[in-house]
Amino acid sequence: MSKAILYDATMCIGCKQCEGACAQQNKLPYDDNVAAESVQSAHKYTVVLTKDDKFMRRLCMHCEKPACASVCPVGAFHKTSAGPVVYDVWKCIGCRYCMVACVFGQPKYEWQSLNPRVRKCIMCPDRVAEGRPTACAEICPTGATKYGERDDLISEAKERLRQNPSTYRPYIYGLNEVGGTSVFIIASNKAEDYGYPALAKIGDTPMPEYTGRVMERIPDFVPLWTLALGGIYWVSHRRDEVAAAEAEEKKQKLNGSGK
Amino acid sequence: MKIKLTFWRVVFVVIMVLGLYSSYIRYFHGLGAVSNMTDQFPWGLWIGFDCLCGVMLAAGGFCMVGAVYLFNVESLHSVVRPAVLTAFLGYVLFIVGLLFDLGRPWYIWHQLIYMNPHSVMFEVGMCVMTYTTVLFFEFLPNVFEALKWQTPIKWIKKIYPVLIVLGILLSTLHQSSLGSLYLIMPSKLHPFWYSPALPFFFFASAVAVGLAMTIFESTQSAKAFGRQLELPVLVTLGGALLVALWVNLLLRVEDYFHRGLLGQIFKPSYEAYFLWLELILTFAIPITILSFKKARLSPQWLYLASIFTVLGFITNRLNIALIGFETYVGHHYVPKWTEFSITLMIIAMGFALFGAAVKYLPIFGEEHEPAVHPSLPQNEVEAQRAFASPVLHNAGD
Repeated sequence: MSKAILYDATMCIGCKQCEGACAQQNKLPYDDNVAAESVQSAHKYTVVLTKDDKFMRRLCMHCEKPACASVCPVGAFHKTSAGPVVYDVWKCIGCRYCMVACVFGQPKYEWQSLNPRVRKCIMCPDRVAEGRPTACAEICPTGATKYGERDDLISEAKERLRQNPSTYRPYIYGLNEVGGTSVFIIASNKAEDYGYPALAKIGDTPMPEYTGRVMERIPDFVPLWTLALGGIYWVSHRRDEVAAAEAEEKKQKLNGSGK
Repeated sequence: MKIKLTFWRVVFVVIMVLGLYSSYIRYFHGLGAVSNMTDQFPWGLWIGFDCLCGVMLAAGGFCMVGAVYLFNVESLHSVVRPAVLTAFLGYVLFIVGLLFDLGRPWYIWHQLIYMNPHSVMFEVGMCVMTYTTVLFFEFLPNVFEALKWQTPIKWIKKIYPVLIVLGILLSTLHQSSLGSLYLIMPSKLHPFWYSPALPFFFFASAVAVGLAMTIFESTQSAKAFGRQLELPVLVTLGGALLVALWVNLLLRVEDYFHRGLLGQIFKPSYEAYFLWLELILTFAIPITILSFKKARLSPQWLYLASIFTVLGFITNRLNIALIGFETYVGHHYVPKWTEFSITLMIIAMGFALFGAAVKYLPIFGEEHEPAVHPSLPQNEVEAQRAFASPVLHNAGD
């Protein structure tokens, strides 16, 4: 069974302890200055945003069919069976295709480094493997960020929406976006207001399918096209051979008449 | 030996010095210091120009090899060698460009061991790697000829049909796949440039630019190296270019029609201005020029049409790589001067290497019988002899 995170913005008090715990878990610097930064970056995998006194967390969505994993030429990203989309830094060549491909704009880059890495939330895979919750979920004082089984969290989110229809906007962000993710957001307002791309824009098709449709044709295309090219080559050069043979014939004829 | 100080040599030295300085910044202070790329704009000028345009500009190689060796268009024979040389240099420089753009270029070989067959980038990488090797073998006979080594020329001659078919197959794959790279960004790339047909556009534009670049290159080399301009060759290429441009235009129009954008592209907007620029340079000007028979027979007009075609498609690819993302990102990306400087250095290296190759290798040598030409010339020569000898016999009688 795969794990997931449910973020309930209505329970969030904006204490940013998740940011601090995330930084500690990933050995990143965290102080008041970093806390004040309202964008994600190579040193800030998650951020709590504030708008009209309402909060919203941003983090990697851990897509069920992640674009970053499908586009990476060296397979540096992969989705583990436990849920997290993880990054093998030793494979990475630094092409940054993952950054361009991700609809949520999650992978960030160490632009100042001489041996730069791609950075993003990796859903504490070590903790997940040990059966412990992610650092952000563990520290959250109100339970706004909750860690658990993906299916259970989906049922729980639906239940909360059903029980408090006046509190919530009736929408679970992450359920259908790009074919489903492992992070779900429920809130009283729109996640789109905090920079999340709308379903209408990104659709419910898993991103890898867009390139997969073309890539899956290649194994058929290569032999057919090779055959066609070889055929064209043969035909166009056969003409010359025939011409040469005819010339040879003519020569013999001429020789014959000459005698 | 005294080196004459000419305008272009001074320009070359200035470009190289600035380029080397920028390279120092790149490798000792990082990508952040050398470029204006950001987390929002992770691909900049180097991907847009050095990679997307570089591979397109090198398409003359497979176009001419295809025309001459595959379709047996004998009349274009004299342009194959310069086209293959341009392609070979183009791909080598593309790889040089990648070494600047990749964050960890020293791991570029990982491609060979950590393969991800689902990745378009992986496919492009493998094709480019293999195709550069193919081009190397297609180029090698020049060197052997200059060294007067006959045996290895014979070997290459034997595998030449394989090289030709492999080269065109790989070119078809990666030229179109450069477009497929963008298929995964439907919500980011502006609809003027995002299309499910991108792979077809990229292939079609590569063919058009391949033809245009060959016209450009032949004219330019004729000027620079004081060679006789072969008008019939240019006329053939010009005719083919006109057809290629029409095919490109029809593909684009049909795509806009199917996606219901035909009305929108005429409404003024930031993107529309760049699209108009692209369409005027790519289609309006060269198609108009080439529609006149007089222009199709004039080297000057053909030269001009080829320049506009090349500029137009460069604009097209820069629009796809840079302009098309600005609305999504919400701000403009303007490359830093050091980014331009490295791109210029790579282009200057291309010109210098081309010049050196032409100087020391039989690229344009008419006096040389084409070394790596499959069976045909011998047959033809024999055929001619076959005609000639009986006549002589008869004369003797």
